[in-house]
Amino acid sequence: MAEFEPILLANIAKPDSHTRRVYESTGGYAALRKVLGGQTPNDVKETVKASGLRGRGGAGFPTGLKWTFLPKDHPGPIYFCLNADESEPGTFNNRYLMELDPHQVIEGLILSCFATSASTAYFYMRYEYPLAWKRVQQAVDECYEAGYLGKNILGSGYSLDIFLHRGAAAYICGEETGLIESIEGRRAWPRIKPPFPAVEGLFRKPTVVNNVETVACVRHIMDRGADWFKSMGVPPDPKNPRDAGSYGPKLYCLSGHVNKPGCYEAPLGLTVNQLIDQYGGGMRGGKKPKAAIPGGISMGLLKASEFDCPLDFNGPGKYACLGLGTAAVVVMDETVSMVDFLHNSCQFFAHESCGQCTPCREGTAWSLRLMKRILAGKGRLKDLDLLLEIGDTIGIMPGTTICGLADGAAWPIKNAIRKFRGDFEDHIKRTNPEGWMRTDPVPALDLVEIH
Amino acid sequence: MNPAPVRKRVLTDEMVAKIKAYIPRYPSKQAVTLPALHVVNEALRHVPLGAIVEIAEILELSPAQVQDTLSFYGFFKQDKPHGEVRAWVCRSVSCYLMGADALLNRMCDRLHIHPGDTTSDGKLTLEYAECLGACEHAPCMLAGETLHTSLTPEKADAFLDNL
Ligand SMILES: Cc1cc2nc3c(=O)[nH]c(=O)nc-3n(C[C@H](O)[C@H](O)[C@H](O)COP(=O)(O)O)c2cc1C
Ligand code: SF4
Ligand code: FES
Repeated sequence: MAEFEPILLANIAKPDSHTRRVYESTGGYAALRKVLGGQTPNDVKETVKASGLRGRGGAGFPTGLKWTFLPKDHPGPIYFCLNADESEPGTFNNRYLMELDPHQVIEGLILSCFATSASTAYFYMRYEYPLAWKRVQQAVDECYEAGYLGKNILGSGYSLDIFLHRGAAAYICGEETGLIESIEGRRAWPRIKPPFPAVEGLFRKPTVVNNVETVACVRHIMDRGADWFKSMGVPPDPKNPRDAGSYGPKLYCLSGHVNKPGCYEAPLGLTVNQLIDQYGGGMRGGKKPKAAIPGGISMGLLKASEFDCPLDFNGPGKYACLGLGTAAVVVMDETVSMVDFLHNSCQFFAHESCGQCTPCREGTAWSLRLMKRILAGKGRLKDLDLLLEIGDTIGIMPGTTICGLADGAAWPIKNAIRKFRGDFEDHIKRTNPEGWMRTDPVPALDLVEIH
Repeated sequence: MNPAPVRKRVLTDEMVAKIKAYIPRYPSKQAVTLPALHVVNEALRHVPLGAIVEIAEILELSPAQVQDTLSFYGFFKQDKPHGEVRAWVCRSVSCYLMGADALLNRMCDRLHIHPGDTTSDGKLTLEYAECLGACEHAPCMLAGETLHTSLTPEKADAFLDNL
């Protein structure tokens, strides 16, 4: 296989890669000039549709198709929200792009706004990215100076403003309707859908929400064409009628027990083994792998024997994971206890549930309490069934919650216990030799004692 | 008739000007809530209740609406300012795997505080954070605007020594 030439990360090692000068010296804003010089919004939509681009924010929804859900000939305004809330544990690819090549993101954003006839874009960035915040703000300022933003961009008659909007450390603001509520100045409680944002979104107007990496891909598609983009990646799985294929380059985030954690670019479809061995320099300290998160903690767990899983939109699902998610792989070696891992996961979701839906609020809180009890040596085998009951009943999929945070909380529970049940049973029997087999209700006072 | 008691203003003219500058960016004044909270928090290191009332006046909202939004985010302190430096130690999965829990405990022990507390000299507020989006540098800590990467006990000690 020929060596893959990075696309999204092509320029990040250049000095001052975040400046307009360097960006333009590598062909930056040529796509924008070309498009504004003669194409219609519909042309851009059609090109993006033909490219097969699917959203990089987690759900993998086809981008061009999402754009066509906007009402036709709407008098406006139409809003565009760029989702830079990136808070899924394990994920940092948006940060790379915003810190090291922000103009690429902005050019993609301008093109995406043009395609969707949006005249205002809100760039919603998580609070904990101070350097990205500065660089993106500088880049936006540079664009106003150069006439890439503002009124009548490059004489085309198209006008666009980009405003940065800063989050305040809440994971749920990355859910697209939570993000919308957050911009509107209310608590970031996700909305019941439908109506979908394309019909009724920000300020009750038609709205598109896309991820940072998604619009960065749009920039390259408009530069080099849909066929070029489609020449990379994996075609649809004939056995899965709902798979729309996985095309283009992807930024994989690799962390955990590997020698060289980092953000690596490859065509969609790389396997976990390839990512660890070819990019991550193998396992740290020569230890054996035990498990990996395939795409952010919400996606669940792969066993080491499942590391042949291809990291495309269709891959992790075949291994009982939730999906590709953010393609953020977190590798755990043989020393990791799955009990500790699951406690950490439950802690995250209990902390981040917005509290709006009872099954999610209570389910995430109870799963954390159960995990604390197990860790404290008071676990019972029956607790595993209780945990699985929570895992099987919270989320959009069973139909009990408003947003997908609950599915993300459920998957690590289901995968950890179903794939590593022995770990849990051993721990419980070892740490609670007197009580592991009990099934009578736990008195509330005993619970209070533990936390 | 008694004159209304004069309440001491919390927001300076500068803060008010900064907040008002956000208004043209959005079609609704309520959307300026989060930017306004950030403006106040940056200046005062907390958002006291008095500020809530004044923000509400500027944005033509009920103070309860502003307070409701603030309370959703665990981010804004209200009772007293956070330390001169606010530091977040990540406890999410990648950092946890690389020993983050022990680091946070070690730092808290040295300072004799619990996570979330401020040192008695007001220099440092030390908190845990969920994933900081810097997992390739695990375990990591964001202190003010500085990201501390691949933390070790030695690096954590040096950070505390140099406060
Ligand atoms: C709990 C939760 C958190 C999410 N966080 C993010 C996020 O931080 N960034 C993001 O782009 N998408 C996030 N998403 C997905 C968004 O809802 C949305 O699908 C995405 O931004 C759409 O962009 P895309 O089509 O370009 O992927 C999250 C979803 C859920 C359910
Ligand atoms: S599923 Fe959880 S996070 Fe999502 S809206 Fe319901 S309570 Fe909030
Ligand atoms: S898990 Fe700590 S920065 Fe992501």
